[in-house]
Amino acid sequence: MSEQGYFGEFGGSFIPEILVATFEELIAAYEEARADPAFWKTYVDLMGNYSCRPTPLTEAVNLTRHFGGARIFIKREDLNHTGAHKANNVMGQGLLIQRMGKKRVIAETGAGQHGVATATMAAKFGLECTIYMGEVDVARQRPNVFWMERMGATVVPVTEGSRTLKDAINEAFRDWVTRMDDTHYALGTACGPHPFPEMVSWFQSLIGEEARRQVLEQAGCLPSRVYACVGGGSNAMGIFGGFFEDDVELVGVEAGGAGLDSKAHASRLASSDATLGVAQGYKTYFLQNPDGQMNETHSVAAGLDYVGVSPILAHLSQTGRVRFEAATDEEVVDALSLTMQKEGLIPALESSHAFVQAFKEAPLMSPDEVIVINQSGRGDKDIFTIADAFGDPEWEAFIQKKAKEYDAR
Amino acid sequence: MLADYIRKRREDRDILLMTHIVAGYPSFDDSLRIVEQMVEGGVDLMELQVPFSEPIADGPVILHANQRSLEAGSTVDRCFEFAEAVSQRFDIPFVLMTYYNILFKFGVQEFADRMAAAGLRGAIVPDLPPEEAGDYLEAMGRNELDPIFIFSPNTTDTRMSLISSRAGGFVYCVARKGVTGAETSFSADFEAYLSRCSAATELPLALGFGVKDAADVDFLRGQVDIAVIGTETLRVVDERGVEAVRGFIEELR
Repeated sequence: MSEQGYFGEFGGSFIPEILVATFEELIAAYEEARADPAFWKTYVDLMGNYSCRPTPLTEAVNLTRHFGGARIFIKREDLNHTGAHKANNVMGQGLLIQRMGKKRVIAETGAGQHGVATATMAAKFGLECTIYMGEVDVARQRPNVFWMERMGATVVPVTEGSRTLKDAINEAFRDWVTRMDDTHYALGTACGPHPFPEMVSWFQSLIGEEARRQVLEQAGCLPSRVYACVGGGSNAMGIFGGFFEDDVELVGVEAGGAGLDSKAHASRLASSDATLGVAQGYKTYFLQNPDGQMNETHSVAAGLDYVGVSPILAHLSQTGRVRFEAATDEEVVDALSLTMQKEGLIPALESSHAFVQAFKEAPLMSPDEVIVINQSGRGDKDIFTIADAFGDPEWEAFIQKKAKEYDAR
Repeated sequence: MLADYIRKRREDRDILLMTHIVAGYPSFDDSLRIVEQMVEGGVDLMELQVPFSEPIADGPVILHANQRSLEAGSTVDRCFEFAEAVSQRFDIPFVLMTYYNILFKFGVQEFADRMAAAGLRGAIVPDLPPEEAGDYLEAMGRNELDPIFIFSPNTTDTRMSLISSRAGGFVYCVARKGVTGAETSFSADFEAYLSRCSAATELPLALGFGVKDAADVDFLRGQVDIAVIGTETLRVVDERGVEAVRGFIEELR
């Protein structure tokens, strides 16, 4: 990486002048923390004490038997406090906020997991908290909105643009340029202007560090392949980070939505629909039209429904270090269903994308080989979406009955 | 170049007015009528914004106008046709304002060539800091177009000098933190900021963000060369209609 935060031709820092001083302050705080071994120790201790780290690596014996190929291990980020890998980055940035002496934190959220994690961190560290969330996502992830508000955060629905993750990021930037003196913007993924891609990946690298140690202990060898879903790219950067120096194939799985031919997807690297662009403060592949206007994207998983992708992953795709695939909404629901029935695990719809690709490849691999899937989050937050996807009539009847009870009040 | 025009014009006016429109909002026909009203009302130069789907430096009013213009089918090509039409028809300089992705996707060199061909005089690109502007500066220079850069209240003196060394035409001074279109209180800190701005550059200064009425313009007389009225004219169009623009501009003088 060069001084301005470039990874090959990707990354950089394209920010309004008003934010330049704020970014300089953030970069200084980040570099100081990174150079201080005591900071990392404080972070690891905090995650051990507050968030059940290290999260287990679970051998999926039944799925392995079902597919009859490679041994399948699952990294259990769903067991992190608040139910996803998002908490890692947020608690790390929380420690930085304390170092910088700021009193308020803001964040964007898509699926709501990053918003819940940020609201949790704000409650624990005594910070004022505002979360920006696209109106479409507020509607599909209502339970997370409930928890954020209960923890004292203000949730602002974003009504402009496509009303999803990218619009929430724009709104968070607009807030930040107004109140940067007392506010930190805890960006939730490995995107945005420098230092966010690098800093978020650093906090998430805990996942890969643990997973590498665990797989060596439990399987006695390194995995042949590691699978992670890719929205912005933070959970993928986290788990891949443990294996960059090894002879391990890294596979990122993007949202294939209704299929790559349909245009209704969010595959920036696995499809040929995205082109190089500059938006939201950084240069990467974006799903955009020939004029440079961002397209609408689609995924059953709100957390993957995003126009851009981590500049670090764009670079790793270009160099061939990471292979990118896409999983369709339909495949995702099937993989989720199978995982629940065979293992009693409930991966989030986002994480289920990684399972789809692993399930396609595991049967073709030898039983001597090992693969690791990152279960980046838990799926019970998606109960409304998943119940609809399964078309569960009893769930529907329950909701109708519940609504009638409210009506009768 | 624009700086000469501004200095010459300032010989008989104690402050110049620059207004801002979003091309294609509410429609291209309306945009043309708004420009006409503004020129008749006496503005000295104008910013034409090419709409972008992710305008992170703009507040709700201009954001909304960007969205509506795109929904109505605005394209970069159509915006250039519009720019060419107004710069041929009206005898004031027009500069273009947009976000970097619009230039980047078009090809930065081709974009600058096209701006020059359309008769535009310069550009403001708020998400392009001078550190990332190498290709842009070269392309603008080759076409004798002015790259207009921005100072903000938290820009250090050293950085102001760096920005000034890359800038052309004038420097756009942002009056305060935040996005376009919110209230600005012109305090004592503000005067200190303006004197830092003047000390840092030989170029004329424009002041924008929150300038909304004759009182604000009066306050800026003698302190800066150009008062920028951005969001407020959009509000006039939204609330009182296109025909109210001319009267609004005349009152500012």
